Amino acid sequence: MVAENIAFGVIAAAIVLAALRVVTTRNIVHAALYLVVVLAGVAAQYFLLGAEFVGTAQILIYLGAIVVLFLFGIMLTRAPLKGESSLDNDQRWLAAVVALLLLGVMSYTVIDAFDDQELPADTVQRTAEVADSVFSTYLVPFEVVSVLLLAALVGAIVIARKD
Amino acid sequence: MLINQFLLLGAVLFCIGVYGVLSRRNGVAVLMSIELILNAVSINLVAFGALNGDIAGQVFALFVITVAAAEVGVGLAIVLLIYRNRRSVDLDQVDLMKG
Amino acid sequence: MWFLEHAWIIPFVPAVSFVLILAVGKRLPRGGSEIGILAVGTSFVLSACTAVAWIRHVNDGGGAAGEGGEHALGLVARAAEEGHAAIEPVVKTVTWFQFGGHEFPVGTMIDGLSVIMLVTVSLVSLLVHVYSTEYLKGDRRFTHYFGFLSLFTASMLTLVIAQNTLMLLTAWEAVGLCSFVLIGHWWEEKPNSDAALKAFLTNRVGDVGLIIGVIILFFAAGSFNIVDINAMAAEGDASHLVLLMAAISLTAAVCSKSGQFPLHTWLPDAMAGPTPVSALIHAATMVVAGVFMVARFYPVFYEGLSINSSSINLLAFVGAFTTVVGASLAFVQKDIKKVLAYSTISQLGYMVMALGVGAWTAAIFHLFTHAMFKACLFLGAGSVSHAAHHTFDMTKMGGLRKHMPSTFKTFVIASLALAGIPPLAGFWSKDEILAGALQGQTNAYPVMLILGCMTAFMTAAYMTRAIWMTFFGEYRGEGHPHESPKVMTVPLWILAGAAVVVGFLNLPEKLAPDGIALRFERYVEPTFAFPEIEHPEFNFLLAGFSILLAVSGITLAWQYFARNRGPHGLTERSSLAARGYTILENKYYLDWLYESVIVKSIKGPIAGGVYWFNQHILDGAVNGAASGSKATGNWLYRYIDQGGVDRLVNASGAGAESSGQFLRRIQTGRVQQYAALLFAGAAVLAGIFIVII
Repeated sequence: MVAENIAFGVIAAAIVLAALRVVTTRNIVHAALYLVVVLAGVAAQYFLLGAEFVGTAQILIYLGAIVVLFLFGIMLTRAPLKGESSLDNDQRWLAAVVALLLLGVMSYTVIDAFDDQELPADTVQRTAEVADSVFSTYLVPFEVVSVLLLAALVGAIVIARKD
Repeated sequence: MLINQFLLLGAVLFCIGVYGVLSRRNGVAVLMSIELILNAVSINLVAFGALNGDIAGQVFALFVITVAAAEVGVGLAIVLLIYRNRRSVDLDQVDLMKG
Repeated sequence: MWFLEHAWIIPFVPAVSFVLILAVGKRLPRGGSEIGILAVGTSFVLSACTAVAWIRHVNDGGGAAGEGGEHALGLVARAAEEGHAAIEPVVKTVTWFQFGGHEFPVGTMIDGLSVIMLVTVSLVSLLVHVYSTEYLKGDRRFTHYFGFLSLFTASMLTLVIAQNTLMLLTAWEAVGLCSFVLIGHWWEEKPNSDAALKAFLTNRVGDVGLIIGVIILFFAAGSFNIVDINAMAAEGDASHLVLLMAAISLTAAVCSKSGQFPLHTWLPDAMAGPTPVSALIHAATMVVAGVFMVARFYPVFYEGLSINSSSINLLAFVGAFTTVVGASLAFVQKDIKKVLAYSTISQLGYMVMALGVGAWTAAIFHLFTHAMFKACLFLGAGSVSHAAHHTFDMTKMGGLRKHMPSTFKTFVIASLALAGIPPLAGFWSKDEILAGALQGQTNAYPVMLILGCMTAFMTAAYMTRAIWMTFFGEYRGEGHPHESPKVMTVPLWILAGAAVVVGFLNLPEKLAPDGIALRFERYVEPTFAFPEIEHPEFNFLLAGFSILLAVSGITLAWQYFARNRGPHGLTERSSLAARGYTILENKYYLDWLYESVIVKSIKGPIAGGVYWFNQHILDGAVNGAASGSKATGNWLYRYIDQGGVDRLVNASGAGAESSGQFLRRIQTGRVQQYAALLFAGAAVLAGIFIVII
């Protein structure tokens, strides 16, 4: 138990710091790299929670494809690699306030609801169960999501093509 | 492990993502912030799934990941288009709907 | 009996004819006169049948009783106890409406008085209708004239069979109205319309008395029914003061309607109307409405004025005085119709005097005979003027007896009847009046007797004067006079014949056997709800004296005018005589008193005052209201409409605009700003829901 908690704490700290750097750094490439850290940390959390498949999928998809996509996007939009003067717009402070407000509300809610509730001891949920669920209960959403991916693919091509 | 840890982590990540969405000028950076938000949500989902022993949490997290991928693809395509039309991805300059 | 109960038809027929004549008369070949003559003829026939029915009813001893009322039943019982037949009038009513617990009926009341009046009115009206077709031939308002003749006939007939005082009042006013219309028949000439107005207004003065009298009687008897009122008065229970007041008020009405002094001034002026109108209305029928009314309400007068026990009373005095006034003024008239008008005034005075001394039957009998010969005289005057180019001025006539024998003969017969020469009708009726004055009820009425005799003398004299100036001597007028057509002379002969014959209807007991004597009295005088009056007995001495008076009147006048003897030129020699003549000529200065003194003094200041009031106060108020509303309108416009309402409207528009300007700043077009607001809102809402709720 203690090991998990320590692991959680370390990984959580990493995530938060990296996320903060994502939204504050001037260099967009650096932001992408920090995003990688965040995504990896989240995958680790999934493993801690016993969600192996989700964690694996996270790594594969997010770290493997989406980040690459981002980098391509950065490249194609000629972002200045050395960093811009300011990457934030005028409503920084309003945004901060809103975010803090949201945080406050959410924390309060969470703490109020799940005061000291503990996760059950064995939280491992095997991939087989996931597969069973996807292909039985959530079959239709699964198929829909495939169609969605197709649509997104086609749509992206259509939007971004040069003609 | 307390459930609250994961939930609070998710909340913090969410709010950072919100801050990023609202304050970043670069379109791509906004998309990155949106990824942060989505990840926070996924953490919540999986945590709750672990709490209740319900596999649906993980399933939904998978779906979220999938949809996020699709969304990033389309989103970047749009940002590309904006760049092509305006030579910059500064969101502050996209204010054609200004009243 | 059917006729007695359905007598309402008699006035109804001329009323319908009035409407018909005015509606379609102009299109008919004789201008509506056919309808009129037919209607009045029908009325006359029905009246005659009603008279026969009444005679039979009386002979049968009364038979079925009518709806006389509670008082009435008591009186029948009492009369039965006292052992003489009380024949009730036949009363038929229909309830017109109810108000305040009191019923207002309309209906008919037939007794001897009504019957004789019906016959008189319808007969004279019929003859006048026939006469008028010739007299008014080619007139500008021929149809209108006949319409109103019919209406007058209907109103007069209603008046004489009226069952209650309200009906009587209404019919009284209606005949006044018809008199006004018919006098002013040629109203395009101002003297005619003036005369019509004078007649109407003078009658109005008296009508006030009638209304007051009706009201007093209603409160005394508790009912408008004439039978009830008479019963109340005859029983002797009613307060004497109340009856006296009622009698005095009603006397005022008699003065105006029947031309008694001092309200007689309208009658001579009323001669401005067509002559048949004068014959019908101002000789035979309307003017006798007052006399009829006194006769109808006789118990009220008898008890109220204490005719029983006095030797002079208001009614008798007014009547007697009027006879002398009328006769004296007849002497100085140049207009033949005016002579006859004053003569009518004088004879009406006789009738009123007779009622005043308690000679009820004598008065009504004189009414009847007078109607005959006076109508004859008037129609004769009309015939004369027809020949003498429509002038009535006797100075322009003369010697007409050669040219108009029928007219002359009938005129003379009627004049002799008027003067009271036996065996013509006037002698019997006038003599009965004088006998009544002589005898009185308990005391004699000496003043009335003297005045009556004086008048008898004067009557004979002025009629002789008139006849002399019109029919004898040389013709002083224009053109060639000729006899009138048969349509005009036949009525003259009928009336002259009546003047001869009807006197025998009331022969005194001393001169005729039982079955023939006093027929008129038997059938006409009421026996029900009627005071016990003394009937004048035939006095040979008095009769002889009155004949002497009449003959001497004729002779002296003849000597003065025809033979030119006597004190001619008196007015030039004696200033006293001259002044006397001037007074007579100015009609005792009564007209001057009424018009120049009374009316003008009221008219002047009151009219001026009212005019001032109208101009300054009323007009001022109106103008003030107008300018006030104008100013209010201006103020409202400036301050409320422009200032208030418009500003409000403008302000709301400006407000909308400025708020729009303000709010549009939110629409920056920047997505991130929208997102910020969105999240902020979500956070706040979430906070509210979770934290607070």
